[in-house]
Amino acid sequence: MDLWLRHIMPFGMTLGLLLLTCLPVHIPGLSGVMPMLPLMSVYYWALFRPDLLPVGTAFAIGLTNDILVGMPLGVNALVLASVQRLATTQRRFFLARSFLASWLAFALLAAGAVGLGWLLMEMMAEHPVGLLQMALAYLATLGLFPAATQMMARAQMAFLKDV
Amino acid sequence: MRSRSSGALRRLASIRLMMHRHAFLLLGAAAFVLMLLTKANVGFIEQSRVAVVDAFVPVLDLLSRPATLVAEGTRHIRELVALRAENARLKAENQRLLHWETIASRLRDENQVLLQQLNVVPDPDPAYITARVVGDMGSAYVHSMVVNAGARDGVRKGQAVLSGETLIGHVAEVGDRSARLQLLTDPNSRLPVMIEGSRTRAILAGDGRERPRLGYIAGNPNIQVGDRVVTSASGAAFPPGLPIGVVASIAEGGPWVEPDVHRHELEYVAIVDYGLGGILPFADKPQAPVRRRPAAAGVGPAGTGAVPGGGDN
Repeated sequence: MDLWLRHIMPFGMTLGLLLLTCLPVHIPGLSGVMPMLPLMSVYYWALFRPDLLPVGTAFAIGLTNDILVGMPLGVNALVLASVQRLATTQRRFFLARSFLASWLAFALLAAGAVGLGWLLMEMMAEHPVGLLQMALAYLATLGLFPAATQMMARAQMAFLKDV
Repeated sequence: MRSRSSGALRRLASIRLMMHRHAFLLLGAAAFVLMLLTKANVGFIEQSRVAVVDAFVPVLDLLSRPATLVAEGTRHIRELVALRAENARLKAENQRLLHWETIASRLRDENQVLLQQLNVVPDPDPAYITARVVGDMGSAYVHSMVVNAGARDGVRKGQAVLSGETLIGHVAEVGDRSARLQLLTDPNSRLPVMIEGSRTRAILAGDGRERPRLGYIAGNPNIQVGDRVVTSASGAAFPPGLPIGVVASIAEGGPWVEPDVHRHELEYVAIVDYGLGGILPFADKPQAPVRRRPAAAGVGPAGTGAVPGGGDN
């Protein structure tokens, strides 16, 4: 039971971060440029514990994201599944030696994820969206990356050190 | 983290990798099928969607309460910082409003006399439901909010959503105990509006930014910064004259409208049933639900005496 609880921690954490981005924050300007917390979480766990956050789970989290946000179903699901897949298959590239290098690697991956999402939405919707908002959300995500990684590394040490 | 894998382990790993590859392909295909189904507007997609949102609403409701507390704290601090400037502004505004008050009371009396003389049929009082915003879905693609009232509270698709007197959007999806609002700034939002002073008609179109823009301007477009934008009766979606915002700039891309109410200020909203079709195709016009009278109605005699042979028992 205890082991099971520890093992669903990455999933629970990602879902929690997803819900966090859905809360009304009442801060001017923040709505619409929320950092993509679930993306960071999926990326981190795909790198360090891919067994606990497989591609199907990433897909499910993305689908939940689509449903809650009201986007066409499948868009975030495909984006998060792709991020998970890319992070697990190209592990060597993302686990760079210095932190700055891994930050840059994540920046590339996140840019790819944002681009994929935008492409899918362009295919789906007839109305163009503000590129500025997307760029701001992307920068917010990059800015939060060190802190979020720290937090998830702490959680990994605390709950999943030897299980 | 160096793996000490024997041959068997490596084979196992390669099998797992194969499975992973297929899983990814399957999931990718599933994603495209889902996108197509969403695009085709299949009924069960929306039903399952509102069911999932319904399931998450209690959690969001619980989580959003501390978030509101934090927000209130930061608001207090911001208010304290701006106290002096705010005080000066309010004093100036108060003077201006006192002047307007005398004018308004004179106009009200005059209006009442004129209405009586013309036998004007009064607009019906709308029924409304007040709901709390429990989810603010921040995304460049979608500007929506989730409130903690749904079909069981009388919310119907297409109803107008107001904050105070100001229109902020409409109900896009309804679950049993939750509803999704589409805001006027959503990239898919289109609303017939008019300029209050000149009665120039236009379509207010969101594009994902804070300010929606005016398009399809009819007639002589003499729009100026500061003009007030209100709903028009075109399309019979909402009653005419609901305030929306003011024209903030007429830079390239067409006049941009600054909404009177901003997204981050929304905590409680009023979902109002005007008995009209709402922002829906006529084919989808919902059955008018049993009207729930607001407690504080009472604006004049609501046409009771004018009904000939009204069954009063």
